[in-house]
Amino acid sequence: MAHIARNYDKNYCHFTTRQNIQFNWPKLEEVPDILAELASVQMHSIQTSGNCMRNTTSDHLAGICVDEIEDPRPYCEIIRQWTTLHPEFDYLPRKFKIAVSGALHDRAATQFHDIGLHLVKNDAGEVGFKVYVGGGLGRTPVIGQVIKPYLEKKHLLSYLEAILRIYNLFGRRDNKYKARIKILVKESGIDKFSELVEQEWLFIRDSNELSDDRIRAMKAQFVPPAYESDAAQETSFAQRQLDNQAFATWVKYNTADHKMSGYRAAFLSLKAPDSPPGDMTDVQLDAVADLADKYSFGEIRSTHRQNLILADVKQADLFALWQQLDALKLATPNIGTVTDMICCPGLDFCSLANAGSIGVAKEINEALDDMDYIHDIGDLKINMSGCMNGCAHQSVGHIGILGVDKKGAEWYQLTLGGSSENQAAIGERLGPAIAKDQVTKAITTILDVYINQRLDDESFLDMVNRVGITPFKEQVYADN
Amino acid sequence: MQIIKDKQIIDDTWSYVADDAELKAGNISVSLARWKQDKQQLLAHDGKLGVRIGPADSIDDISPDLKDIQLIELDFPDFADGRLFSHAWLLRGRYNYPGEIRATGHYMPDQVFYLSRVGVNAFNPEKVEDLPIVLSNLNDFTVKYQNSIN
Repeated sequence: MAHIARNYDKNYCHFTTRQNIQFNWPKLEEVPDILAELASVQMHSIQTSGNCMRNTTSDHLAGICVDEIEDPRPYCEIIRQWTTLHPEFDYLPRKFKIAVSGALHDRAATQFHDIGLHLVKNDAGEVGFKVYVGGGLGRTPVIGQVIKPYLEKKHLLSYLEAILRIYNLFGRRDNKYKARIKILVKESGIDKFSELVEQEWLFIRDSNELSDDRIRAMKAQFVPPAYESDAAQETSFAQRQLDNQAFATWVKYNTADHKMSGYRAAFLSLKAPDSPPGDMTDVQLDAVADLADKYSFGEIRSTHRQNLILADVKQADLFALWQQLDALKLATPNIGTVTDMICCPGLDFCSLANAGSIGVAKEINEALDDMDYIHDIGDLKINMSGCMNGCAHQSVGHIGILGVDKKGAEWYQLTLGGSSENQAAIGERLGPAIAKDQVTKAITTILDVYINQRLDDESFLDMVNRVGITPFKEQVYADN
Repeated sequence: MQIIKDKQIIDDTWSYVADDAELKAGNISVSLARWKQDKQQLLAHDGKLGVRIGPADSIDDISPDLKDIQLIELDFPDFADGRLFSHAWLLRGRYNYPGEIRATGHYMPDQVFYLSRVGVNAFNPEKVEDLPIVLSNLNDFTVKYQNSIN
């Protein structure tokens, strides 16, 4: 990626909410060369656009988190293979996205995907899938509905096939804004839609079973790396945190618990104050590749909140890793905080955008330059999109910011209370759109209301759910 | 006119009869609407019978008659309308239709590998000069990641 960024782009790339990488400046005539270079290392851009099944996404902590029922990655890979070059479903009414979560805490926004799959246990203690359908963001955000509370693993592909066939045959094709499966599910009603899927599935389920052997073989591709069993024995990690407040803060915000004692997952924040959210330079990319080799079994993960993760770092190595990340400006201790914004490229790079997003993010970031204040606010997700296509998932941000065009000027619509996690919710509109130069003030006003009115350790989202939008609205629009 | 059938370039022996035209001798295909309306007359026709269906037609409407039909033409109004891919799959996979399934209309040579996998075995490309391209596109990929008809 560093090589592509250096030789074909402006020395950087952009990590997207699809956990993909976007290059914004390649010359059209050089694209075949880029694709050839990617193919030489088993990478491709197949099914990253068009009305087809897109890349399957999952929990960024898959396989290592402490709240996992089962590792979702083998199933993601089975689905990835099934969707790749699928002969029947490559010309759907619209694009189609599948996400899989294997943990109790949904970190993959599965309820906002065309199909969301949760690994769950049934009453007999067997693990299967809870299937959600018809979720989505964009212009018409919809929370997915449960179509199958428990699906046996062996039926995974036949059930997906049944949903896709019904969607392919009956999804709307008259209006591209009403063509996603969420509209079909909404217009037909979940009961009718389920009935169609069930009828189709009965025809095919016995002829297309996923065998235990196939699942076993795929699981063998995701065996844990060679962890050191005594990694928790060493004492420097605890001591370093006592000695170095900055390191302790980084550990608190930018690392996550690991199922293997003595290991942690380290987030690399791509939300440094002076850098566009999700962007990374070729120099950083090269350096992180080396750090992954040195500290995390050569693996780098991207998150749907546009950060990276080294998933398997020994606690003894965290201090050295932190120092090197800090030198690379990848150690801003803001994961899950107000400055860990999801942001699309906006008007700066995107031909669809109505308004800038990177500049606004920068301004908000500059206004929130006090780390103690940011940490005091705690868990708060701001998502900002430069147009109603909603690439940055603004409708599920705890605070959502949507750029709109008003007679040639950039205005911003704020929403509060959205969430893409287990208690999925679509944010409520705060009031009329706000002028560009007032957005940062509105955000700081909202944060002030929260700080003044929260109960004890109540999170921002909990407070919005408790008091509604009115107290925020009154303050933000107080001058008008 | 030439077409591709079973990976061979052959002369086309079929003609499509528009809804407002008189039936003619030989192997003919008609629209689904005409099939339903003139079925008895068509069954008495001296020659093989085909039905042309579009994306909005339902395979369930034609399935009871498949034994009398030797050709199903999938008529693409637009390459992006993928319903015909499922129609082909249903004809082969659900109704075990053994006759010719032919793609016609506005589709792209790029799509013929996928079409062949869902059971289409004959191709009438939009431009006759595309015949060799279509023939070669039928071998676009060497891997198959999932079950389908072929």
